[in-house]
Amino acid sequence: MSQAVPLLEVSDLTVEFSTRRGVVRAVTHVDISVGKGETVGIVGESGSGKSVTSYAVMRILDHAGRIAQGVMHFSGVDLIAASEDEMRSMRGREISMVFQNPRAALNPIRKVGHQIEDVLRQHSQVDSSALTGKAIEMLEQVRIARPRERYHAYPFELSGGMCQRVVIALALACRPRLLIADEPTTGLDVTTQKAVMDLMVELTRQQGMSTILITHDLGLAATYCDRVIVMERGSVVESAPSRAIFTAPNHRYTRKLMRATPRPGISLRDLLPEDGAASAPVAGALKSPSNGKAGTPLLVVEKLVKEYPRKGAPGSLRRVLQRKPASEPETFRAVDGISFAVNRGESVGLVGESGCGKSTTSTMVMRLIDKSDGTIMFDGMDIGVIAPKKFAELPLRKRIQMVFQDPTDSLNPRFTAARAIADPILRLGEVRGRRTVRARCEELAVQVGLPLELLDRFPHQLSGGQKARVGIARAIALNPDLIILDEPTAALDVSVQAVVLNLLADLKDSLGMSYLFVSHDLNVVRLLCDRVIVMQAGRIVEQGPTEKVLFAPQAQYTRDLLAAIPHPTFM
Amino acid sequence: MSNVALPGRRGASEHGLFAILRHARYILGENAVTAFAFALFMLIVLAALIGPYVVPYDPLASDTAAALKPPSLAHWCGTDQLGRDVLSRVIVAARLDLMIAVASVALVFLMGGLAGVAAGFFGGWTDRIVGRIADTIMAFPLFVLAMGIVAALGNAVQNIVLATAIVNFPLYARVARAEANVLREAGFVHAARLCGNGEARILLGHVLPNIMPIMVVQMSLTMGYAILNAAGLSFIGLGVRPPTAEWGIMVAEGAAFMVSGEWWIALFPGAALMIAVFCFNLLGDGLRDIVDPRRRT
Amino acid sequence: MLSLIVKRVAAAVPSLIGVVIVTFLLTRALPGDPAAYFAGPAATAEAIEQVRVKLGLDQPLYVQFVRYVGDLARGDLGNSLTTGQPVGQELRSRLPASAELTLLGLLVSVAIAVPLGILAATRPNSLVDHACRAISTAGVSLPVFFTGLVLIYVFYYLLGWAPAPLGRLDVFFSPPAQVTGFYLIDSTLDGNGEVFLASLKQLILPALTLGIFSLAPIARMTRASMLAALASDFVRTARASGLSPFTVVVTYAFRNAMLPVITTLGMVFSFLLGANVLVEKVFAWPGIGSFAVEALIASDFAPLQGFVLTMAIMYVALNLAIDILYGVIDPRVRIEA
Repeated sequence: MSQAVPLLEVSDLTVEFSTRRGVVRAVTHVDISVGKGETVGIVGESGSGKSVTSYAVMRILDHAGRIAQGVMHFSGVDLIAASEDEMRSMRGREISMVFQNPRAALNPIRKVGHQIEDVLRQHSQVDSSALTGKAIEMLEQVRIARPRERYHAYPFELSGGMCQRVVIALALACRPRLLIADEPTTGLDVTTQKAVMDLMVELTRQQGMSTILITHDLGLAATYCDRVIVMERGSVVESAPSRAIFTAPNHRYTRKLMRATPRPGISLRDLLPEDGAASAPVAGALKSPSNGKAGTPLLVVEKLVKEYPRKGAPGSLRRVLQRKPASEPETFRAVDGISFAVNRGESVGLVGESGCGKSTTSTMVMRLIDKSDGTIMFDGMDIGVIAPKKFAELPLRKRIQMVFQDPTDSLNPRFTAARAIADPILRLGEVRGRRTVRARCEELAVQVGLPLELLDRFPHQLSGGQKARVGIARAIALNPDLIILDEPTAALDVSVQAVVLNLLADLKDSLGMSYLFVSHDLNVVRLLCDRVIVMQAGRIVEQGPTEKVLFAPQAQYTRDLLAAIPHPTFM
Repeated sequence: MSNVALPGRRGASEHGLFAILRHARYILGENAVTAFAFALFMLIVLAALIGPYVVPYDPLASDTAAALKPPSLAHWCGTDQLGRDVLSRVIVAARLDLMIAVASVALVFLMGGLAGVAAGFFGGWTDRIVGRIADTIMAFPLFVLAMGIVAALGNAVQNIVLATAIVNFPLYARVARAEANVLREAGFVHAARLCGNGEARILLGHVLPNIMPIMVVQMSLTMGYAILNAAGLSFIGLGVRPPTAEWGIMVAEGAAFMVSGEWWIALFPGAALMIAVFCFNLLGDGLRDIVDPRRRT
Repeated sequence: MLSLIVKRVAAAVPSLIGVVIVTFLLTRALPGDPAAYFAGPAATAEAIEQVRVKLGLDQPLYVQFVRYVGDLARGDLGNSLTTGQPVGQELRSRLPASAELTLLGLLVSVAIAVPLGILAATRPNSLVDHACRAISTAGVSLPVFFTGLVLIYVFYYLLGWAPAPLGRLDVFFSPPAQVTGFYLIDSTLDGNGEVFLASLKQLILPALTLGIFSLAPIARMTRASMLAALASDFVRTARASGLSPFTVVVTYAFRNAMLPVITTLGMVFSFLLGANVLVEKVFAWPGIGSFAVEALIASDFAPLQGFVLTMAIMYVALNLAIDILYGVIDPRVRIEA
């Protein structure tokens, strides 16, 4: 810990927003200090106020927000008393920021090279003829291949990871002393995430920069930060060096967050808070051996293929104009001949990064889209040959159901929770009569731990965890044999995720279902699944029992995936 | 695991007509402008319904002796070139103009809205055909096309309604199609398929109710446009014929006199037109807030 | 770039075909006897028969269509009943009057609406913002013919500032030598300052009327898209990088905000071309709109058909220009093409 005067010193910061419902305090009495060359992590779930704090430091709060109280000093400058002109000269030059969602953070109709030049032109004394050279140099520094060419690229022509590198180039162009990174890797693949974080760390350490890393991912904070500040609902609950926070957390909330983060070597139950306050409905054994016709195959997929016409494939007119042969194949194989099985009572994980074809596979198994080739056998029947529209009308539809990734998107905004849960019952169930249907809905609500009085609410009146429960209740309403879960907890806070994962495990055991669990998060898969399948570019790279694949991976890609997961050195 | 507990009252009171009315009162109470627009709308509807029975003079009765008299106590809005009372004519015209507007909007919603939703939801040939039809109509400046249609089919009120509906078809089809296209990929549509809903049921029961808020705003705006369109057509001699009282034709009749100073003959019907269209535009936003459940708290 | 233009032109062709078909059907699929329409209300039975044979209305429909297309290709739009002159010739001579008026009206409206929208978006909840919103809502409510009349009443009758609404030029002046047909341009080329001023004076009120009419959608769209641009992630990045307010508002926000406004222009042109007809009637402007209205009153059908066709073709061309302009500005469209 540096003894010198901290570079950034924030004390007693309080930020208020005026909303239609009155004044809301987003941040209350927050203290932060960042020393020279230090990397500080601010960790918290949604609503913790971590982003608002950084916007306040940069003084880029939006119109409705204001700094009600507090003192902020950066290298001797009073950030609150500074005029807008002074702040503007500091932004980008002394303090820079990198945001979430890199492609949206860049001007879509301006070349990336020009955007870097804009920042250079604003702040530095660089001669205008030298600007282009400097911009290309920055692109090189952030490891973008062929920087001269890429200088002329537009953001939509670059991948997510490359866009984030450009944003980093923008932020570091004038060599600021403090870099604030607000969820810089959320939404990026785990291997890209590692590359971007490593790059950021390397560049900041090289120039002796201080960094504030804002994230919800404890593992990320532990791996890359010297000190960590934990925030809950607008206040700081704990602030200590990384090692201390992770090996001996003090505050109840920090401990809860720590416990709820999926990591190797624990079981599902360990995710829940120690006081057992979670409303876990059924006390079942963890990953119990499946009951009934255990072990016999329920779902068998063989050589499954899905092809799409390649987007932007030149039409006949263009080919004539170009007078050269098409260099790429005209179709794109999202799924390229995969085979696997899910046995009764089993939970199988399907993992891979974005674009690997796992979602396409699950949608085909669900019979929502048609396959291009291969077979899908369910309980001995070939369901692959049945068209999606026809399948919706068969009684077989009841037996395969799905839990979707985005709980908000998967609920009809005009249906109450009860109506949404009742939908499968009304269409496919043999239950009739309003009272009977209602009774069944209430039974399901109890099973998933949804308080009964929430049944008549609309989705926008429910929290993320509550919406997830509604989605799960709807999926289990008809007692399906197989449930496909497509990243069901990706949009949830980590503490809510802990509860939902336990709920899913308990339901599987008590109702005797099988799961196909699609995810990009290996730690979650480790906790919930008996077997795991790893996919890359439409092919299966490796499959087998979870412990074997994740502890002793055979394929290089699996090893890369595992290595990319942030893990702090002291753990 | 609930966060801030919102007091909810379960049971039938959350759905149905009462809930909508209660929410309507909340929205009206919250926004003075919407309340004002709504009051104005009621006034216009009132004029349309009972106007012909309460006007002081017979709108068609001419009295050449009293022609071209400026506003006075006897004739609040003056008289026109045939001695007819302008006020009575303005009030009675409300019925015709409102009828034209309502009929046009209903027709175009049925034709355009449904076609657009089907095109956006099913894609393929439905989309191509609806798109071609919309593009062909859109290739014309809309008022010019309306002129052409009414001129071809003949001067009658029903042709104005038909022409307005045809001319607005592309707009409705496009808005409905865009919304349905987005919803086609929504999670809850996939979920509805999993629950055993057939495509038609999903279209009518899941997708259509979710695009109603936008369509309602559009319908309110089109009411205003329909009135302007009818007035414009009447102004150039298409559609409504004298001596029928209709705001547009009254402005046309009064136009010549405006230049020589008898302003009241054209001003009052013109002002009525303005107020009616203005009211419908304001109403559109308020209606959307009432219909959209996301605004319910 | 070339492929973009080729693609867009190719996409406009079906529209042209549709326009030709629709205008054909408008006159052939009339309720009643088309020959009677073309012969005029005062025609005798024999005259109607003569017209029927002359125009080939007794032939099967597809033969008529082929003949129609052939005539169009030669620029033959039939003859006016009232004047006996070829419709095509009349339209051609009157077109510049309408074009000058419409373009000036558009210029007025863009010059007011775009800055207004930008100011309203950059100063939310200020006086300018409320004024912009009021103008946008009121503007779409005003019947264009009513606005014209009120302007005449106030500025000509009451204040005497504007000249009598009797056409493009006061009787004392003669039109400048014909180069473009636009009096303003021609009189400048001619060096004739008096005629320039006189034309301008006659133009002001009708152009203002059209301008007020199209002000509202442009202002509303500019404000809405500027607001969206200013609230976007990339403007946040620009601000966080400390770029000057001018750069942020103009180079980053404005250029992006203009894209939806350009697409709106297509719709605005549709309104303008329609409103043109009404304004020409109010101001006795000798353009193609009043030509059509006069033909209507006399139940003279060929000019009406020619007018609809001409307007539609102009509109297709305008939309094509807008599409290409959009493609030039937005690289996402240009590069995918």
